Amino acid sequence: MPKDHGIGASTKRREDVRFLTGRGRYTDDINLPGQAHACFVRSQVAHGRLNGVNTDAAAGMPGVIRVFTAGDFERVGGLPCGWQVTDRFGAVMQEPGHPVLATGKVRHVGDPIALVVAETYDQARDAAEAVVVDIEELEPVLDMKAALAEGAPKVHDELTSNLCYDWGFVEENREAVNKAFETAHHVTTLDLVNQRLVPNAMEPRVAIGDYDFATDDSTLYTTSQNPHVIRLLMGAFVLGIPEHKLRVVAPDVGGGFGSKIFHYAEEAAVTFAARHLRRPVKWTCTRSESFVTDAQGRDHVTRIELALDAEGHFQAIRTETYANMGAYLSTFAPSIPTWLHGTLMAGNYRTPLIYVNVKAVFTNTVPVDAYRGAGRPEATFQLERVIDKAAREMGMDPVELRRKNFITQFPYATPVAVEYDTGDYNATMDKLLEIADVAGFEARLAESKARGKLRGLGVNCYIEACGIAPSHLVGQLGARAGLYESATVRVNATGGLVVMTGSHSHGQGHETSFAQVVADMIGIPDNMVEIVHGDTANTPMGMGTYGSRSLAVGGSAMVKATNKIIAKARKIAAHLMEASPEDIELKDGRFTVAGTDKSVAWGDVTLAAYVPHNYPLDEIEPGLEETAFYDPNNFTYPAGAYACEVEVDPETGKVTVERFAAADDFGNIVNPMIVDGQVHGGIAQGIGQALLETTTYDEYGQLLSGSYMDYAMPRASDVPFYAVDHSCQTPCTHNPLGVKGCGEAGAIGSPPAVVNAVVDALQRAGHSHITHIDMPLTPSRVWAAMQG
Amino acid sequence: MYAFELVRPATLDEAVTALGAEEAQALGGGQTLIPTLKQRLAAPAKLVCLSGLAELKGVCIADDGAVCVGGATPHAVVAAEAAAHYPALAALAGNIGDPAVRNRGTIGGSLANNDPSACYPAAALGSGATIRTVNRDIAADDFFQGMFTTALEDGEIITEVRFPVPERAAYQKFEQPASRFALVGVFVAKYDDGVRVAVTGASEGGVFRWAEAEAALSGDFSAGAIAGLSLDADMMIGDLHGSPEYRAHLVKVLTGRAVTAAG
Ligand SMILES: Cc1cc2nc3c(=O)[nH]c(=O)nc-3n(C[C@H](O)[C@H](O)[C@H](O)COP(=O)(O)OP(=O)(O)OC[C@H]3O[C@@H](n4cnc5c(N)ncnc54)[C@H](O)[C@@H]3O)c2cc1C
Repeated sequence: MPKDHGIGASTKRREDVRFLTGRGRYTDDINLPGQAHACFVRSQVAHGRLNGVNTDAAAGMPGVIRVFTAGDFERVGGLPCGWQVTDRFGAVMQEPGHPVLATGKVRHVGDPIALVVAETYDQARDAAEAVVVDIEELEPVLDMKAALAEGAPKVHDELTSNLCYDWGFVEENREAVNKAFETAHHVTTLDLVNQRLVPNAMEPRVAIGDYDFATDDSTLYTTSQNPHVIRLLMGAFVLGIPEHKLRVVAPDVGGGFGSKIFHYAEEAAVTFAARHLRRPVKWTCTRSESFVTDAQGRDHVTRIELALDAEGHFQAIRTETYANMGAYLSTFAPSIPTWLHGTLMAGNYRTPLIYVNVKAVFTNTVPVDAYRGAGRPEATFQLERVIDKAAREMGMDPVELRRKNFITQFPYATPVAVEYDTGDYNATMDKLLEIADVAGFEARLAESKARGKLRGLGVNCYIEACGIAPSHLVGQLGARAGLYESATVRVNATGGLVVMTGSHSHGQGHETSFAQVVADMIGIPDNMVEIVHGDTANTPMGMGTYGSRSLAVGGSAMVKATNKIIAKARKIAAHLMEASPEDIELKDGRFTVAGTDKSVAWGDVTLAAYVPHNYPLDEIEPGLEETAFYDPNNFTYPAGAYACEVEVDPETGKVTVERFAAADDFGNIVNPMIVDGQVHGGIAQGIGQALLETTTYDEYGQLLSGSYMDYAMPRASDVPFYAVDHSCQTPCTHNPLGVKGCGEAGAIGSPPAVVNAVVDALQRAGHSHITHIDMPLTPSRVWAAMQG
Repeated sequence: MYAFELVRPATLDEAVTALGAEEAQALGGGQTLIPTLKQRLAAPAKLVCLSGLAELKGVCIADDGAVCVGGATPHAVVAAEAAAHYPALAALAGNIGDPAVRNRGTIGGSLANNDPSACYPAAALGSGATIRTVNRDIAADDFFQGMFTTALEDGEIITEVRFPVPERAAYQKFEQPASRFALVGVFVAKYDDGVRVAVTGASEGGVFRWAEAEAALSGDFSAGAIAGLSLDADMMIGDLHGSPEYRAHLVKVLTGRAVTAAG
């Protein structure tokens, strides 16, 4: 019997009731008394000298309260970067300033220049059009390799070049890796692009600044995945507001995918404006604005080389990647192509020598930062593509080549600085071949052929480092933050619990699955537990949600806090039953004295805690509330194997995904239905990247795919039904729940499966020259490849 | 959006009068115009709403058998009401955009807009339709004058579109992955006096007739008949969704498929 509550039950998501009935409370649903509206004047050009901003006409327009320009922000700081990468030569990265409003130069289309505040949004927008900006256009820096050429125009005049850093990892291995390539039996080389993606959360960003003149308190309501991080960054680095005078609220948030981790200029601008005007100031991003202001993802240009011996054992991997930072360093941008990418280059395989080189480059484009998977999809894509290519070149079966190189002994220390605690890659591969019905492929191939269609099968593995992250480790790697998580568990007198977590749910279903965990530990119904998140005023300092960390890190903090609660409750129960605490057992919400029929209910104990008439006041305090912080001592390593089957129309090049299977090892599972949903969404995103999504700038730095007329998001009809399995479980060895995280796997594992499948289909049809096609594999690109 | 005045005429005459004003513009289903206004890319002073004019709505059959579609008839109505009379036209209408677009967007708006990737222009040109306005009848061959350009005068309302019904016809649309407009769309119609082939989505000049294919198919209405033909990529659109060469290639593939589908 499947469980119907607690850990392991596919409990329906309680938050969906309000989301699906239109009762969610998103930031844009908040309207404060006396609220004014903001509209930003943005750069229309990619690169230019900002010679002047004339606000005279705008300031006199109906409803206009104030027009702010860069000068007004002179005394505040710039937007900080949260990670400092050290380059191959031991020098720290080049870190340009990032003013709230553009100063001196504009550096990408969408760069904010002025902020108009008016009584209504339309008035603000009218006035924004009346702001006259004097920009002397400069040659834009767009192509990464050209950006690094001698004499290239510079995005930031104060830097020595457009190179943010030239990172080598592990630098000490460089020579040994080069040597291994010189003597290798076979070397497979692949040049590829992991294209830039626009995150496209369903809810655009919104920020409302509020200021209480009476108390000098500021509040920011914002669409954030991590309100405490925003409070710290904006308070300490930008506006100089101490944290006890600043509250950040991120209520219901309609998707983030990474793009709502970062601290954005608009948040600081409206908070600042609200203080000045002593009025709430609201800004709601339009979809068009999202396309040119939300930090984008990926954008790597890579050469990967794989050295193999005659039997197909991997000898060494060498990569060279150009990673686009865009015009400024977004909050965590430098860490993505380095520590979240280089550390994953071992994949699921024993490769003794690995060297990863990454050149991060400034260009006149929207900043790039973490996007679902963040660095790990880029690592997985290159590795799983080059392995497929190697298998083809060596005449080996791609699955067998992978198996031959699988890591089978754990813990396993990779040559790229991480230690996998556990895993079973053969198990997920076996499961995959079963659920994908790989045995039936030949029959389906024949059937496609009969209809004049090409068919291909792509299989790959992935591994990711989740449960981000051990603070001591990331500190050494340049993080300017710790990456623990927190929880406060407050038990009420009548036995219900409120769990205040530093994690943030923006679609992941935490309110349901977190409650399942805590209720299960005590043995009470799930609905006795309420999860509170998203408000710095009533949750402990937390680092938020990204990197598939919420259950592994935030959940572990909850478990720690709940264990403290249980320990105290046992003492109270022992007192009530005149027994010793060691003899008290908690099961199904009752405390029993072991070996007796004496028991008290959970509610009796919680009531005693708050009505301490008969209570050992000299030994324990009244009340039942505990806080815990949890800092993981390793990453978690979800891993799995994915299979995709495509059909290609040989006349048009159109690819359709016919079948998709995912066998994941996420360790223990709290809510299988929610895990399925996370994988489904991730695969859809991965198929979107593989086949549809393209972020194209023209030669002037204008975004050509700046709306849904040109930016193709995956729709239901673009994806098949998925076969998803997570029954292979090697529990994480170092967190109390044994969980690994499942939020990004789908997006990480699926793009190479799709591309492998398309290349397979084309190869089978005799297009032997096609070894790779860059994503997205649009009909036009596939057709062009077939033309030779 | 900038502020504008909205006029809701009760009769066609009132609409014509209202459109006589400076900077007045007809509003059909608003599926093109409203997004344009929201983007502040247009600023008409007055919008004259045609959706209340019963005389411009619906599908009927003329004495000569032509299918007559009122100028303000939404796509969904054409999909339903033309199905029995002109299935290829109904199928085309039923595959425009999504249900919301089909329930609001109108044939008049689509033809007046003459988006180079729109579907209806291919049906009108491929059927040799007559576009009837308040003052005159315009043959489809004269109506389309290049991307977003038509023979319509300022304020001239399309009241009806008359489609002669062919013996056989089919429309093949290859969707642009993002917008789902036609990356290329080909409408093929076989009449007793010859075959018409109209191509949308492909050309810098907007919807056009592919004369060589028409000639070949008029002699032999089979996909094989165009096997030896090819289109010059020079005049084709090239953008991030497809090169000119790809579009030229698709025109041929889709023409063949349309012929096969027409049976
Ligand atoms: C999401 C989406 C998807 C779409 N997909 C497709 C597609 O796949 N294929 C396709 O062909 N189209 C597609 N369209 C366009 C759609 O068909 C529009 O409805 C059509 O282009 C315009 O019709 P409308 O009635 O909405 O016109 P409006 O937007 O109201 O007006 C458009 C123009 O026509 C003028 N006009 C309107 N009615 C008349 C009239 N009777 N006489 C003279 N001038 C008039 C207006 O003044 C304006 O200049 C799509 C639109 C959207 C929003």
